[in-house]
Amino acid sequence: MPESSRTPLSIREPETPGESLVPTEDLKRHLPGVEPERRLTDWGRSERIEGAFDATVAEFFYRYWFRAEIEGIENVPSTGGALLVSNHSGALPPDAAMIAKAIREEHPHPRPLNITVEHFFKGYPGFSVLLPKLGCVAANPANVQRLLYDEEQLVLVFPEGRKGTEKLYKDRYRLRRFGRGGFVEAAMRARAPIVPVCVVGAEEAAPVFAQVGLLKRLTGLLYFPITPTFPHMGLLGMLGYLPAKFKLRFLEPVHFDEQGLERDKALVQTVAHDVRSRIQENLWDMVAKRKSVWFG
Amino acid sequence: MDSRRILVTGVSTYWGGRLARALEAFPEVEAVIGVDNEEPQVELERTEYVKVGAQHALLRRVVEAAEIDTVVDTRLVVDSSTTTTAKAHENNVIGTMNILAACSGPNSPVRKVVFKSSTHFYGCEQDDPAFFDETMRRPHPPRTPIERDIVEAEASLGEFAERNPQAAVTILRFANVLGPDVRTSHVDLFSLPVVPMILGFDPRYQFVHEDDVVHALEHGVKHRAPGVFNVAGDGVLALSEVAGLLGKRYAPVLPPWGTGLALGTLRRLGLRIPPEAMNQLRFGRGVDNRRFKAAGFHYQHTSRETVQRFGEHLRLHPVMRGGQEPYRYEREVEEFLRWSPHVKSARPRGAAPVEQPPPVAAETERRLVAAEQRAMAAELAAGKAVERAKKAERRAAEAALKATERAKKAERRARQAVEEATRDAGERAAPAPSSRPQPVEHYDDLAAEEVIALLASLERDDLQTLRDHERRHANRARVLSAIESVLARAGSRA
Repeated sequence: MPESSRTPLSIREPETPGESLVPTEDLKRHLPGVEPERRLTDWGRSERIEGAFDATVAEFFYRYWFRAEIEGIENVPSTGGALLVSNHSGALPPDAAMIAKAIREEHPHPRPLNITVEHFFKGYPGFSVLLPKLGCVAANPANVQRLLYDEEQLVLVFPEGRKGTEKLYKDRYRLRRFGRGGFVEAAMRARAPIVPVCVVGAEEAAPVFAQVGLLKRLTGLLYFPITPTFPHMGLLGMLGYLPAKFKLRFLEPVHFDEQGLERDKALVQTVAHDVRSRIQENLWDMVAKRKSVWFG
Repeated sequence: MDSRRILVTGVSTYWGGRLARALEAFPEVEAVIGVDNEEPQVELERTEYVKVGAQHALLRRVVEAAEIDTVVDTRLVVDSSTTTTAKAHENNVIGTMNILAACSGPNSPVRKVVFKSSTHFYGCEQDDPAFFDETMRRPHPPRTPIERDIVEAEASLGEFAERNPQAAVTILRFANVLGPDVRTSHVDLFSLPVVPMILGFDPRYQFVHEDDVVHALEHGVKHRAPGVFNVAGDGVLALSEVAGLLGKRYAPVLPPWGTGLALGTLRRLGLRIPPEAMNQLRFGRGVDNRRFKAAGFHYQHTSRETVQRFGEHLRLHPVMRGGQEPYRYEREVEEFLRWSPHVKSARPRGAAPVEQPPPVAAETERRLVAAEQRAMAAELAAGKAVERAKKAERRAAEAALKATERAKKAERRARQAVEEATRDAGERAAPAPSSRPQPVEHYDDLAAEEVIALLASLERDDLQTLRDHERRHANRARVLSAIESVLARAGSRA
C-alpha cells in the first residue's frame, strides 16, 4: 500500500487548552435511530424479501427436504451479540440458510442472523442485489465488529471460508484450517460469545465431485464445481440439493469478558484451535450416530 | 467561539458563498474574508472579497495582514464532471498546498484550519467494509483522478497538522450532497425521469443535506475539533429505495459488463456520469457518522429525509422556475455599500445580516406567493388544474408559514444581536475619549485647513478615531466631510 493512501491524521489532542471535542466515550449511543417507514436496514436487509424467502424456499428445504433436526438451540443467547461459528460445505452452501431458519423456528426469542459471505458476491450482478436483502454481509472484520459490538446482533461465520466449499466429497466432514483466527479476534474485540455450530447433512446434500480450474477462470466464478446437477442443469442446478437428512447441533458458548484479549495472539490461536476441535469431534460423533444419510 | 477573523477560500463556489453568509451572522466574528479567483455568486453583507489567482500564491500576505485566525477551505473539487482533470488537480492539490503554506510557520496567526473533503476519499470497491470509519485506510490505491486528488490533498493536510501543532486541523469528509440549490452529478442523475442503475446491482448510498453541510462547516469553525470526521446523514439507503422516495422508476439500463462503453454512448446523449460516481453506482458506500455526532453535531436530516426533501424540490421546481434574477457581483456597488459615507443604514455591524429575515426565507416567500398566484390563475382558467393548484396552494401556504416562522426566529436573533451590539458599543464608547491615544498630537489646536491637509497621511483606523473625536468636540462640518471622503477613498483602495 503506497504511503499516500494512508489516513493522514492521527487523532491528536490540541496543544492549546480549551474546548476539545475529540470524542473519547463509546460511540455506541450515537448509532442511527430506526426509521419505521423504511423497509430496508442500513445493511440493505429487506424484511419483506427475507420473509418471502423464509416462507417459501427456506421453509420447504428446512421442513420437507432436509427434515432438519436441532440440538442445543438454548446455547444461542437471546440478547446481545454472539458469533456463531460453523463448518461449511456445498457449492452453493445450504447450511447458512438452515442455521438461520433453525434459530427462527426453534429459538424461544427468534432473532435475525447475519450471514457473512465472500465479498466476491458484491461484484457479481444479481447476487449483489439479492444477498444483502436476505441478510448476508461481506466478511470484513469491521462489519463483524459493528454487528457484534455496536448493534449486538447474531453473526454467523464460516472460518473455513472458500476452503470449505471447495472441498470435495471424499474429504467430507474433515474441517479445513480455520483461517488465521480472525473470527476469535473479532469476538474478543466485541466481547461477544462464540457459539460453535455443527451441521451434518450439507456435505451429502450438495456433494462436489470435482473442481474445474480452467472453467473457473473462463467464467470468472469463485469456483467451478461438478455436482450431481451442475453444470448440466445450468445455474438452477446449483440449487438442486439431494434430500439428505440435516442435523444441527449448537454447542456451549465460549465467553470473553475481559477487554483487550485479542492482543494476545497465542491465546487467539489456542481458542481458535479449541473451537475447531470441538466442532470436529462433535461432527464425528454425529456422523457415527447417524444410521442413514437420507433418513437420519 | 474562539474564531474571530475568518478566511473562507473558494468563496465563489456554492459552499464558500453559503458559509460566508452564515458566518456573517455571528456577531462575535470580527471579519470574514473570502478569497477566490472568481467573483462571488451570492450577495454578501460584510464579507470582504479578495480576488486571488487559482494557485493562491499570494495568500500568505492576506493571512498575515488581516491576522486571520481561522481558515476554512471549501474549494475542493469532488465532482469531476464540473471541470477538467487538469484544472481539478491544479485546484485540489496545488491550491491546497499553497493555502496550507500560507497558514504554516511558527509566526502564523492561524490557529484553526477547517477543510471540506469528501467520502470519495475511501473509494468504492468490492471488498469495502459496509461502514467506513475515520481511522480506516483506503483498502486500495485511488483509481480515479478525483480520488487521487482528494487523497493527496488530505495527505498534505496531515503533514501540515504534524508540523504546525499550534493549529487545529479539522477535515470533514462529506457524503453525497443533495438539496434544492446545489448542483452535483448525483443531483443531475436523480433529476432524470428515471434513475439509471447498473443491471444486477443495488448499491448502498448515504446522503447529506446541503444545509447540514453548511452547518457542519460552521460547527467546525465554532468549536475546536481536530481530526477527521465523516459527515453523512443517518441511514444508508439502497439506490432502489432512493428511486422509490423520489417517486421514480429505477431503470437498470447500464450493463454490468462493458459499463465504460455504455457510458461513452450516454455521454454522447448528454448524460455525464463521472468515473467516481460510476464505482459508486456499482458498489455503493456507507460511512460511520458517529464521531462527528459525538463531537456535538446534530444532523437536521437523515439520508432518507434528505432524499425526500430533494424529491419535493424536484416536484416543485417546474412550478417555481424563473422566479428571480441571479446575483451578479459588481465591485463598485459592493464597495459603495461597504465604505461610502452616504450609505445610511444605521445597522450596527455585528447585527447587520440578521436584522431582516434572512434573504433566503424572504426569497422563498416571494417565490411562493408568485407560485400561489399562478396556481390561482390556473384554477380559474382550467377546471382540470383545480386540484393541482390546490395542492400547490397548500404547499405554498405551508412553506410560507415556515418562512414566516424562520423570519420570526431571525428577527428574535437580530433583536438580541442588536442589543448586544449596542451594549458593546456603549462599553467601547465610554472609555474612548480618555484612553485612546490621539492619532494627531495637539489636534484641538489645529485649524480646519491644517487638519484637512494632514488627513491624507493617516490610516483608516486613525481616521475613524479622528472623526469620532471631531464629532464629540469641535464638530466642524468641513473637517467631518473631508474625513468622510478620505475614508471612502481609502475604502475603495483596500
